[in-house]
Amino acid sequence: MEMIQELRLKREFKKVFNIRVLRGFLSIVMFVVLWQLVVFIKVPYLENLPYPKDVAAGAADAAGSRTYWFGWGISLIRIFVGFIMAQLIGIPLGLAMGISRTFKDFTFPVFEMLRPIPPIAWIPLAILFWPTRELSIYFLVFIGAFFIIVINVIQGVSNISVSLKWAASSLGARPKHIFWRILVPGSLPSIITGMTVGMGVTWNVLIAAEMIAGQGGLGRMTWEAYTNNNIPFIVVGMVSIGVAGYLCSTLVRWLGEKAMPWKKRF
Amino acid sequence: MAAGAQNNQGEIFIKNVTKIYDPEGVHVVAMKDCSFDIAAGEFAVIVGPSGCGKTTLLNAIAGFDTITSGEIYLDGELISSRDRQIKPDVERMVVFQNGALFPWKTVMENVIYGPVVQKRMKRSEAVDAARDMLHQVGLNGIEDKYPEELSSGVQRRVEILRALINKPKVVMLDEPFRGLDAVAKTVMHEFLMDIFCESPRTMFFITHDLDEAIFLGSKVIIMTTRPAQVKKIVQVDLPWPREHHLLGSQIYLDLKREVLEAVHEEAKKAFEAGEREMA
Repeated sequence: MEMIQELRLKREFKKVFNIRVLRGFLSIVMFVVLWQLVVFIKVPYLENLPYPKDVAAGAADAAGSRTYWFGWGISLIRIFVGFIMAQLIGIPLGLAMGISRTFKDFTFPVFEMLRPIPPIAWIPLAILFWPTRELSIYFLVFIGAFFIIVINVIQGVSNISVSLKWAASSLGARPKHIFWRILVPGSLPSIITGMTVGMGVTWNVLIAAEMIAGQGGLGRMTWEAYTNNNIPFIVVGMVSIGVAGYLCSTLVRWLGEKAMPWKKRF
Repeated sequence: MAAGAQNNQGEIFIKNVTKIYDPEGVHVVAMKDCSFDIAAGEFAVIVGPSGCGKTTLLNAIAGFDTITSGEIYLDGELISSRDRQIKPDVERMVVFQNGALFPWKTVMENVIYGPVVQKRMKRSEAVDAARDMLHQVGLNGIEDKYPEELSSGVQRRVEILRALINKPKVVMLDEPFRGLDAVAKTVMHEFLMDIFCESPRTMFFITHDLDEAIFLGSKVIIMTTRPAQVKKIVQVDLPWPREHHLLGSQIYLDLKREVLEAVHEEAKKAFEAGEREMA
């Protein structure tokens, strides 16, 4: 028993401290060193780049200021309002289009006409269209996630094998039951994929919208740092946006694992 | 013959069934004037060239698809004709070619799905019944696993149990053991044999494996190449329960030769037809 215990400990230890983790750590160190070097020797065109330590100081300042965290809050609210609306409207719409050929015939052509328009191209119309800036940003975030979720749900429904539907009806399931117990869980993997991809796109859209039209938010903050020529803070803004996007994607992934326990248990 | 004597339900008459597929003007006659009967409690095995319309027939009996003309009766009731198609129900259970366990449900949830969705049993009763069944075939301990966590052999057995818990009149299996290795197949055959001898009910079993056909079947129905008709029906009068050492006996080998010759003729025709289509 003791030997097994020991082996197990060793394995756990190796999981955390192994050569690949070390290499990863080194790559980050090397990146910072390279950055330091680039600034130090004044590489042409990159003279304005701040030292890593200036960025670190900027980050420390930001972490202590209320406006910085306020920016996080505003951006996150915008993301979630737009994103959740997109799911609430997009998932039922996608299911309906996936199930009913008639409904799809009536809706899909318009959908496919609008889908290739990049969400950012909606910015001018969105600003004119909605009474407040905030609503236009919600709308743009919505657009960023909407088309992706709909197309994924349609795909998900059509990928469900016909034998599952047949099996259910042989087993005595009525159409309503087949919808809720077969079609919905069957398309769940595609729904989660659509949400994951959509979450990535919404951050792109949000930042562009904030820079152009927004008040507050991480995108606006980064843009204002630019207009104030506060270069360390531009970098802090960029990194913050990256971290925020990463956290949101992780949340979606976690939700996916919770919703699909059968996909995880291996 | 022990099997069949205790059960008088599940008699199937297939009368002059024709099925024509006509997608976008390409006229394919899958089955033409196909007729045969399956007695109640009989283990019928259908063999025939690939794409000859065996699955078409199964789909019509199960209620998944319609037929162009002819009639299919189950216990005297017309279940499929040109003008009438009874929807799928629990009397006619299907075990599918590629497996159709619900991947998002555990083994237990899969097995109790039928009785619960039909509101025929309370959930707790269904769970007890399912646990008994799993226990009886030595599959206890996997109740909380998801299908993808199981080997395909175990998946197939669970799927068969999911069908049987509903006590259907007919169980239809469409090449259920395709893709399993020889050892796993042997296990499956014994499993199916035990179940069938325990409570005989009408079986409609499609396969390409002739050993399997003779080993399991009380009769082997050999279909012609497309358009499918009955080429030959071979009665398999071997004692039940069948045991594997039978596979070496003279009577078995004679049966096999008989089946093989009929299948071979059709396979050749199918092959030549294929060549013609190519030319």
